[in-house]
Amino acid sequence: MTELIVIAEIAKGTIHTTTSELVTAANALGGSPMIIVPCTDASVADAAGSIAGASKVIAAKSDAFAHYDAAAWAEALDAVAPQGIILTSATPQSKDLAARLAARRNLSVVQDVVAIRENQLTSPVYSGKAMQTVAISGPAVVSVRANVFDAAPSTGSNEISVVDTTGNMATAVQEFMARASQRLDVAEANIIISGGRGMGSPDNFVHLEAIADTLGAAVGASRAAVDTWEAIPHSMQVGQTGKTVNPNLYIAVGISGAIQHLAGMRSSKYIVAINKDADAPIFQHADYGIVATWEEALPVLQSTLAGMMA
Amino acid sequence: MTKIVVLVKQVPDTNAKIVVSGDRVDLSAVKKVMSPYDEFAVETALRHRDASGGEVIALTLGGAGADKVLKDAKAIGVDHIVRIDCEQELDSNALQSALASTLQELGAEIVYCGKSAADTGAGSTGPGVAERLGWASASNVISVGFDGGLTVVAPSDGGNARMSVNTPAVITCDKGDIKVRKPNVKGIMQAKKAQVEVKAAAIQPSSVTIVAHSMPPAKPAGKSYEGGAAAAEVANLLRDEANVI
Ligand SMILES: Cc1cc2nc3c(=O)[nH]c(=O)nc-3n(C[C@H](O)[C@H](O)[C@H](O)COP(=O)(O)OP(=O)(O)OC[C@H]3O[C@@H](n4cnc5c(N)ncnc54)[C@H](O)[C@@H]3O)c2cc1C
Ligand SMILES: Nc1ncnc2c1ncn2[C@@H]1O[C@H](COP(=O)(O)O)[C@@H](O)[C@H]1O
Repeated sequence: MTELIVIAEIAKGTIHTTTSELVTAANALGGSPMIIVPCTDASVADAAGSIAGASKVIAAKSDAFAHYDAAAWAEALDAVAPQGIILTSATPQSKDLAARLAARRNLSVVQDVVAIRENQLTSPVYSGKAMQTVAISGPAVVSVRANVFDAAPSTGSNEISVVDTTGNMATAVQEFMARASQRLDVAEANIIISGGRGMGSPDNFVHLEAIADTLGAAVGASRAAVDTWEAIPHSMQVGQTGKTVNPNLYIAVGISGAIQHLAGMRSSKYIVAINKDADAPIFQHADYGIVATWEEALPVLQSTLAGMMA
Repeated sequence: MTKIVVLVKQVPDTNAKIVVSGDRVDLSAVKKVMSPYDEFAVETALRHRDASGGEVIALTLGGAGADKVLKDAKAIGVDHIVRIDCEQELDSNALQSALASTLQELGAEIVYCGKSAADTGAGSTGPGVAERLGWASASNVISVGFDGGLTVVAPSDGGNARMSVNTPAVITCDKGDIKVRKPNVKGIMQAKKAQVEVKAAAIQPSSVTIVAHSMPPAKPAGKSYEGGAAAAEVANLLRDEANVI
């Protein structure tokens, strides 16, 4: 049987919950994976000890994991992982790592998997306008989208071992430019509230920010908003030429729902649309559509949510 | 003379409707264009040349139809255009191997490509090619500096980082703040006359095979409401029905 290996997703120095989803995805491929945790301090791996459905945990310890460097990470993880099917999360960084690892082993990589049936893997292609199912034969590297597979329960008790490893860095950080706001980036957030040209002015984004702060969400934008208003940076743009996001909840406000915007957010688990035009295409993709101006709807949404969170 | 290579791929226009007929996408009626991020890769490659001298080669792997994107790159200002002749769909391993061996043959010293192609959405090619060449790579780069070695700005936990990158390297380009240049009349005339250098490549067999394409699962019709007051009910449903807050 092919060995299954999950590379733990690390965010802010701890194991991210998508790691438990990767274990479920590995189980769908027909086995219990080992979990490899890239870390500088082996205690980070302790949290993986309780993920059910895994066979064991390896803390792969290296100074190289202090900062992401594709070449060094691939080298260091390649040295620890046995041959087999490797699963990573589908964040931009982990997709990059997945591609590097696959190439290092002369294997193919299958990105953004959202369904697994035996050896067949399905991913969105053409910006989500179609799905592609491929068959893998033998070892490969596979990245799996978040919020698709259920998280494995934390009822396990996996043995944890520590392996030292190393990789040569090919890049060096010279300057770190923190985001001005403490708010999450759309690429990282589980809830996103985005504004479009219908917001009328960048100043009105404060209403989206208030809701984002209530929910711990990120604020996104359509390209029309980014292109029209200097104050809305491209880093907020969702869509074809912006970021592809896959949150649990996406709230689109004053966004018409152009195909290129949909390309970036249509796979969100739940979509709420607020738009004054009942015929806006975004409503065809919304789980909850509210035909209203944002001026009417956002204060109600904000006060109801604030009441819930209080 | 820095040899700069930019990878460009021909993809369906992002406005195009994608149809699945039988169990494969049917792209016969679809307009094809250069993949959007590749435009930023071409622009960055040209800026690199402008800053440090050298030449820019645009490289694609595809059938004869893909010559069009090479001509588009030529019209914008690349010096040479090269196509690895291959009509088949390749898996990432076969594609990257063919690109990597041709890059070696061309004597590439720096490679720019798109952060992901509009058809695959994968983002595998840049880092994969870099690994095969034993090169550095930096991905999703929004800005490149050429003074005193190569530096890039790319997203990093909680912000952006400016990094120095060892060369040779592969840089995958996101849409940065740069404006891409448009072809001028002279460029278009030159592109018309330009010869595509066609190379044959040894193509490895693919280990990942396409089983089927399908349309995305239809979303069940959502609930719809009139008037802003309904936002209160929607908030409640998000908590009680969808369980997302
Ligand atoms: C190659 C290419 C790439 C692209 N990439 C992207 C991309 O990455 N992301 C992206 O978003 N777009 C992208 N676009 C642009 C896309 O085609 C649309 O132009 C864009 O998404 C429209 O943005 P919008 O919905 O904010 O604006 P509009 O289409 O102008 O829609 C504004 C909406 O707001 C509504 N509205 C107005 N006033 C109010 C109010 N007071 N309250 C509530 N609703 C109101 C209107 O009814 C309307 O539906 C791309 C286009 C191309 C050609
Ligand atoms: N067949 C190809 N020919 C040339 N470049 C390619 C090809 N496929 C992918 N690329 C390059 O690699 C980038 C990322 O593609 P992908 O890994 O498919 O997302 C593209 O934007 C192109 O720059």
